[in-house]
Parts: sequence; C-alpha cells; structure tokens
Amino acid sequence: MRALIALAVMLAAPAVAGDPDYAALRTDLVDEVRAYARYAGDNPFSDDVLATLGRVERHRFVPPGQVRHAYENRPLPIGHGQTISQPYIVALMTDLLEPDADDVVLEVGTGSGYQAAVLAELVGRVYTIEIVEALATSAGERLQALGYDNVTTRLGDGYYGWEEHAPFDSIIVTAAASHVPPPLIDQLKPGGRMVIPVGARFMTQLLLLLEKGSDGEVVTRQIAAVRFVPLTGEH
Amino acid sequence: MRRLLIATLLVSAAAIGYEILLMRVLSVVQWHHFAYMIISLALLGYGASGTFIALLRSRLEPRFEAAFAGSALLFSISMVICFILAQRVPFNALEIVWDYGQLLNLAVLYFAFFVPFFFAACCIGLAFTCRGSESSRIYFFDLFGAGLGAVLVIALLFAIKPQTALVLLAVLPLSGSILVASTLAVRLPLGIVQFAWLMLLAVGVPQAHLGLRISEYKGLAQALEVVDSRILKETSSPLGLITVVDSPTVPVRHAPGLSFGTRHVPPPQLAVFTDADSMSAITRFDGRPESVAFLGDMTAAVPFALLDQPAVLVLGAGTGADVLMALFHGASRVDAVELNPQLSGLVADTYGDFAGRIYDDPRVTVITGEARGFVARHVGAYDVIQIGLLDSFGASGAGVQALNESYIYTVEALIDYLDDLAPGGFLAITRWIKLPPRDSIKLIATAIEALRESGVSEPGRRIAMIRSWNTSTLLVKRGDITSVEIGRIKAFSRSRSFDTAWLPGMRADDANRYNRLPQPFIHEAAVALLGDKAGDFRDRYKFHVEPATDDRPYFSHFFRWRTLPEVMALRKAGGAGLIEWGYLVLVATLLQAATLGLALILVPLALAKQAWPAGAGRRFGFYFLLLGLAFLFVEMAFIQKFTLFLGNPLYSVAVVLSGFLLFAGLGSAASERFARQLPWPAVSPVTVAVAAIAVLALLYVALLPILFDRFIGLAAAARIVLSLALIAPLAFFMGMPFPLGLIRLMRVAPGFVPWAWGINGFASVVSAVLATLLAIEFGFNAVIVTATALYAVAAWDEAASRAG
Repeated sequence: MRALIALAVMLAAPAVAGDPDYAALRTDLVDEVRAYARYAGDNPFSDDVLATLGRVERHRFVPPGQVRHAYENRPLPIGHGQTISQPYIVALMTDLLEPDADDVVLEVGTGSGYQAAVLAELVGRVYTIEIVEALATSAGERLQALGYDNVTTRLGDGYYGWEEHAPFDSIIVTAAASHVPPPLIDQLKPGGRMVIPVGARFMTQLLLLLEKGSDGEVVTRQIAAVRFVPLTGEH
Repeated sequence: MRRLLIATLLVSAAAIGYEILLMRVLSVVQWHHFAYMIISLALLGYGASGTFIALLRSRLEPRFEAAFAGSALLFSISMVICFILAQRVPFNALEIVWDYGQLLNLAVLYFAFFVPFFFAACCIGLAFTCRGSESSRIYFFDLFGAGLGAVLVIALLFAIKPQTALVLLAVLPLSGSILVASTLAVRLPLGIVQFAWLMLLAVGVPQAHLGLRISEYKGLAQALEVVDSRILKETSSPLGLITVVDSPTVPVRHAPGLSFGTRHVPPPQLAVFTDADSMSAITRFDGRPESVAFLGDMTAAVPFALLDQPAVLVLGAGTGADVLMALFHGASRVDAVELNPQLSGLVADTYGDFAGRIYDDPRVTVITGEARGFVARHVGAYDVIQIGLLDSFGASGAGVQALNESYIYTVEALIDYLDDLAPGGFLAITRWIKLPPRDSIKLIATAIEALRESGVSEPGRRIAMIRSWNTSTLLVKRGDITSVEIGRIKAFSRSRSFDTAWLPGMRADDANRYNRLPQPFIHEAAVALLGDKAGDFRDRYKFHVEPATDDRPYFSHFFRWRTLPEVMALRKAGGAGLIEWGYLVLVATLLQAATLGLALILVPLALAKQAWPAGAGRRFGFYFLLLGLAFLFVEMAFIQKFTLFLGNPLYSVAVVLSGFLLFAGLGSAASERFARQLPWPAVSPVTVAVAAIAVLALLYVALLPILFDRFIGLAAAARIVLSLALIAPLAFFMGMPFPLGLIRLMRVAPGFVPWAWGINGFASVVSAVLATLLAIEFGFNAVIVTATALYAVAAWDEAASRAG
C-alpha cells in the first residue's frame, strides 16, 4: 500500500510541483562532470568552464520531449539526426580551447546552439555556422531570445570558415569531417587552437586538438575522451 | 487438394521471400546485423504456430479450409501492416547505451516482425496436421515454394524497389487464401476482406506509408538534412541500395586522411551511399591533374612514392577514388574490381562526364566480381594492390560493422594478395584510426600472421605503416623494404605531416611527431606483435586484436567482455565511444529470442498440461532440444562460410537456406524408408544418419577452404550449383533425425508430440543467434564441430533409451 501511495505521489509530482529546480539540477550536473574530470587526464577542468556549465540553461536547448533528461550527463537527440553533446564532452572541448575573455571563436556546426552559448559566456565573440536550415533558424532564435548578443549565426558552408571575421583565436568543428578543411587552418591565428570531436552520434570517440604554433607549424593531438590506459592492463 | 498444394507453395514462397526482403530492408533502414534477428524471428513464428495448432487442433481441424484461408489472408495483411508499423518504432540502436528504453523498442520491433511469420507458419502447420495423409506432397510443395520464393525475391530486388516487392509478395498468400477459400461454401466476411485487401494492394498502398524510414543517424539521412542537398539517383538491387546525392550549397568534400598541410582542396564531388551509409564520392575530374592534386596528399598515396608507373589492382573500386588516385600518379595499368556493377556504372556511364571518363581510359579495366575470387585467378601480376576505405567512419567507429563478415581482411586474403604481387610490389590497405587503436593494430597483426604463414621469417622487414590523424595505411611488400624505400616513405610522410607508425629499423621517438597520440600506441603494438610475446600482447590488449581468418572473418569485431564493465563505468566520462554496441545488440537479440521463445512456444504448452509416460519428457525433450540447436548451428555456419564463396551475404542466405530446406526435406521424406531398408537391425537409424552427418560435416571443415579456393573464380551460376551440390548430402541426412525421433515418439508417448515440436522450435530460435555469437568467439569450424557433438550426444541418448 505504501508503495502504491509512493507511486501515486511520484506520478502526481510533476503536475503539483510545476517546473523542477533547474538550477539545482545544473549544480548536480556540474558536480558529476567535475567528479568525472579526473578521467580526462592530469588537468581537471578549469573552474570557469565548470561555472559556465552551471549557468547555461541546457533545458532550453533540447526538444520538449527531452527536457526531463536535460541535466543528465548524456548526449540527447535534437532531431535532424543531430545531437546535443554530452555535458562532459562539452566541458572537455571548451577546456581544450583555453578560452579568454577577448577571444573570437568560430564554430562549425551550431546544432542546438548549446556549445555556442557556453563559449559565449567565456569569450568575446562567437561566430557559428550550421548546414541544416531548421537547426540554424531555431538555434539563432534561441540564442537571441536568451540574450547571447555576442553570438552570430549563419546558415551555410563552414568549409571555408568565415573570412570577414578571421583570423580566429580558436575554432571548434562539431560537424562530421573526413579531413580538417585547409581554409580553417588558414583562418586560425598563430598560437590558436582547433578542436574537432570525432566519432558516431551519441558516441564521441576522441577529440582532435590542432595547435598552430607561432611559426605557423601545425601539430595535432588525439585526445581520448576518456583516459583509458593501460591498454594492456591486467586481466 | 491441388488448390491446397498450390496455396501451400504460394505461402511458403512468400514467407522465405519476406524473410530475405526484411534482411535487405533492415540493412538499409538500420544495419546489417539485424539479419540474424530475422532468421530467428521466422523460426519463432514456426515454433509458436506449432504450439498454437497443437493446443487448438480439435477446434481447427473441422474448420481446416477456413483456418488456412484465414491464416494466409492474415499473413498477407500482416506482411504489409507490420512492415509499416515496425518502421514507426522509434528504435535507435546508437542510443542503446544511454537509454535502456531502446531495448523495449527493439522488443517491439522483434514482435512486430514475428506476427507475419506466425501466420505463414500456421498455414503450413495446419496443412501438415489436418491433411497428414498427403504430408509428403505438402512437404514437396512447401519446399519447392521456399526455393522459388528465394529466387523470386532476389530477381524482384534486381528489378524493383523493396517496398514494391513487398506488395507483390503479399499477393502470393492472398492468392493462396482465395484459392483455398473457393472450396468453401460461401463465406461472405472472409471474401469481403480478401476482396478489399486485393483492391488495396492493386490500387497501391500509399508510398508515404511504405517508404523506407532510414535511421536519421545514417549517413544518407544526415546528408539529406544539409541545406539544398538532393537525391540525383537511386537504384536498388540485392547488392544494395545506391543513392547519389548532390549538395550544391555545402559541397561534399570526401578526402579521408587528407594532410592538414595540403594546399589542395578537393574539387566538387557527388556523395554515393550504399544502403544509406558507407559514403564514398565521385570526384569531378576535368582532365587537369592539378584539379585533383589533393589525391597526392592522402596516406593511401604512399605506394606511389615508391614505384614509377606501377601496374595497379584496386580491390573494392567503388566510385573510383582509388582508380583516379592511381591514374593521377601515372599508373601504367589499373585493374579495378568492384562487386556491385551499379557503382561502377555510375562512374562509367551515368556520371561519366563528371568523373572525367576515367573508366574509358585505355589503362583502366573495370571488372565486376568479388575481390577474393579475382585475386585467386591472378598471380604475380601487380606492382600495387590498393584496398581503400570500404566503410564510413561513423559506422566503423561505433562498432556497427562488428558482425559483418569481411573476407577482405583475413589472413588467408592477405596471403592471396601477396601472391598476386610482382616481386618488389606493395599491398596497401587503408583504414580509419580509432582511439584507443584497434583496426590498425589488428591489421598489423594480420599482416604479420600472413607473412609468417607464407614462410617469411622476419615480417617486420616487409611492413610499413603511416598514419594521419584519422587514417592509417599499411604497406606490405613482396620482398624486404629497402633503405631507399624507407627514405622515400619518411620523406613522403614528413612533407605531409604524417607519422610513421612502423618502418623497419625506425626509432620509437619518430612515431609520434605530427599527429600525437597519448602514447605511440601503434608503434608499441607493432614492436610487441613482432616480438616473442606477440600472443601475450594480443591476450592482454583490451580490445580483440587477434587476426581475422576465413574461419572467423570478423575483422571489425573488437569487443571483449572483460573490457565491458570498465567502458560501461566510463560511459559518462566520455567513454561511450568505446562500447562496441553491434555485438551487444546481438546479445540483446539472443535474450529476446530466448524470452519470446519461452513465452510463445513453451509456456502455452506447459499450461495445456498434456500427459505422457514418466521419463519420456526428459528423454525426448533433450533429444529434440539438441537437434534444434545442432541443425541451426550447421545452417548458420554454412550461411556465413558460403558468403565467401558466393560473394554476398544475401546470396548466401538465399542459396543456403533454400538448399537446406529442400534437401533436409527430401531427407525427411526418405527417412522412414531409410530406416526400413537399413541392413543392420541392431543399429538405430538415427545413429547411422548422425554418423553420416558427422563424417560429412567434419569432411567439410577440412575440405571447404580448399574447394572454395579452387572454385571461387567460377561464374556465379556455377558457384550456386556447386554450393547446392555440397549442401545436398549433409542436409539430406540432417533432415532425418527429427522425423525418426517423431515416429518413435508417436508410438511411445504421443502426448509429448507437441512438446517435441515446441522444444525443437525453441532451440532453433535461440540457436540461430547463438551460432553467430559462437562463430565470432570461436570460429565457424568450432560451431560445426559443436553441432556434430550435439548430434552425437542426441544419437547416443536415443540409442541408450532404445536399449533401455
């Protein structure tokens, strides 16, 4: 009987309680990402990045049916075969870009606009390009409604970057790519960093970090999303 | 009676046609490995219908014609309706590690496809049960129909789209229903439904309902989301659905592993998808080499830095990228082998002008055929054998291909390729890189094994591997790699910011300069694999990197159970990409098959409470369980083994399935006479049949590789005939133990007969999936040997109970 009452309360709860306490859920999420950060390598995520994750309202970037999962540490479908990245991966990618307050950042693959919003909290300007029309429109409207005035969205081809706003301090390419577009490397400032997540939807496999030296020399690092060594560990 | 026989043939043809059609369709809308689910489902339908008929026999028998006509009609209707409904199940296999609700979706999908098979099996089961005196003729028409259905659906798939083929197939059981119902006194309601359904099929089920709903996470669906992109052409055949997509606003630029130091941007391309995934591209070529100069800045171009004007063999030429690369580098001759003529046709004809008429170049010869079969016929002919990227990265990355048999990357295949090289020639294989590395390491392990088996004592001298950030190219030379060649590989790599993962005599600190891995994993693995403790390294590695062989041709299977808890725990810390979910979906399918088999076959029987003599249940239950497991083990292993010989899984399914049905049916029909005419009265006929099965099965384990090797170069029709001839004797004897056991059971414990069918059906359902899991772990030969052992135990048990 007690179980039945508990069940009834659970079922009735959303109707009675109204919106959940998103701020508290965000705090929990940040705690979870922080706890997992030790898997990312020797350097835990910067406090600024984690604080931003605690501010950006992820539930406003997911489709209505997914709102209840918005603060779970997992990727979610946003329609059109696209996903909103797992918060842990967002933190990792953002951290790898080493954002500064006056940076100008280019994003290729706006998606829901969540990554752009996270970056917008940390840098001076974000330019973001999306190839799916419906996503470009909705993300642009959403970012504007949420007051992210320092984000400019555009529908179109990200392969050639955004020449009139180049060079960029950092570039993030979330669209699938069989290779790193050479024009993007050209639009990266010396000393700049580019991050490309690699893998199937829902399953980011690695992050490619491309660093352009002050002399223009390019080196990439493949960063496993998770520290997974030793590979020939004990049975 | 004749009407019933024709109706049986029609239902049987439609059932097997539907089975093959669903495999094709699910490869398009989801992924290839659902094929195993379909085979298991069809068997579940037969098992559940056996129980259903056994329980309701007394009520169904007096209304046989109406029950048959009704079942056939329901089969026809459910074929279409369940197809439409199943496509609306929001199953997303990629999300399975995040959302366990997807398992429920998978179960719904499974159940939806079960329904039509249940009704089909009801028709056949009713005919056998209620017209037992005609069982041999029914059997013949049933089996003949099955064979006909397999041929029919393959032919249809060459001519029309799968969804149109579905409608035509649905007409078959409807015709059967009408035929049988016409013998009845006027049955208005049934007639009205038949007529209405016929009209609907004739007028056309709206395409919007029947259209394939491709998973939005497959490459084609994603490409079509891009602004202004459109389908230029779509063709369908049993070999695949080919879709050409143009994207004028955001052009396709497919250049895997392109150096980030390149100054050359790829020209406009057309994207080509096979089964809505596995993207490749037709590159526009205006005749000016500089327009495709990017082709020199990919890892796959490395053999051309070593040889001048080589004779090149491209295996899996697809849309011509590797052919264009060879021409760009001044190849003297390019032979391009491609299994699917539709792909070659796109480059040669449909988009010939766009592709710069490269297939009309006098140096190029296009061969339609299977890579292994072609290589077996040519020896020592080429300076370069090029195997490019054959799958898309997305698919490769998520373990989607884990269950695909691929006979391209096995030890035996590499030995054949090396034989096909001229002295001093290079085999070049390009793969996507994963992190932690898997493909590249397995490829090195496979090459080392192939060289060792070819008698090379120091394989490390013949191997080189270079890598970009996302591709690696392995070179295997026929002969030792010279210091001049080492210098050229280094220069090629350095100028393009590629790393050398392995070169004879290289230093470890050279292995990780431009594209830095957390550790020089691939180099370290190569060192370990070339050393004394290679086996130890392979055992300890967290992913499965044992070389693939023709017996276990699962190159893309990297899953290890002991790694699963670790990656599941790390899933929220970015470790989801490490989970090889293709394998897990198969395990989930097995669990579902077992659960549904229990629920639909065995539980109803248990509720019916039949009576039989004490001890008979255990004895006969065990016997029929073993037979069900063993039969499907052999059948599934043969389907996969013959994929190498017949060149395509769908052909293999069609040929092996109908071969087994036909010849096991003949064996079954002959079993009573066989038992009567045995010259040894003291020996059980089951023992004799099982002895014949064991001898033949074990003989095939030894002989099939040799026979395949010898005859793989034959024309397709000849290979099909030979396959059927090989299957015939084994299947003939495999058809005997079941009816022989049944005859005895009827005498000893007739109340247990429905259970015998049920247990056998349940075992088949489970076995179809279990066989594949075992093949992945232990190889096809092990599955066949296990099946032989199961048959032997069954025969021993039967002989013992006879003596007792």
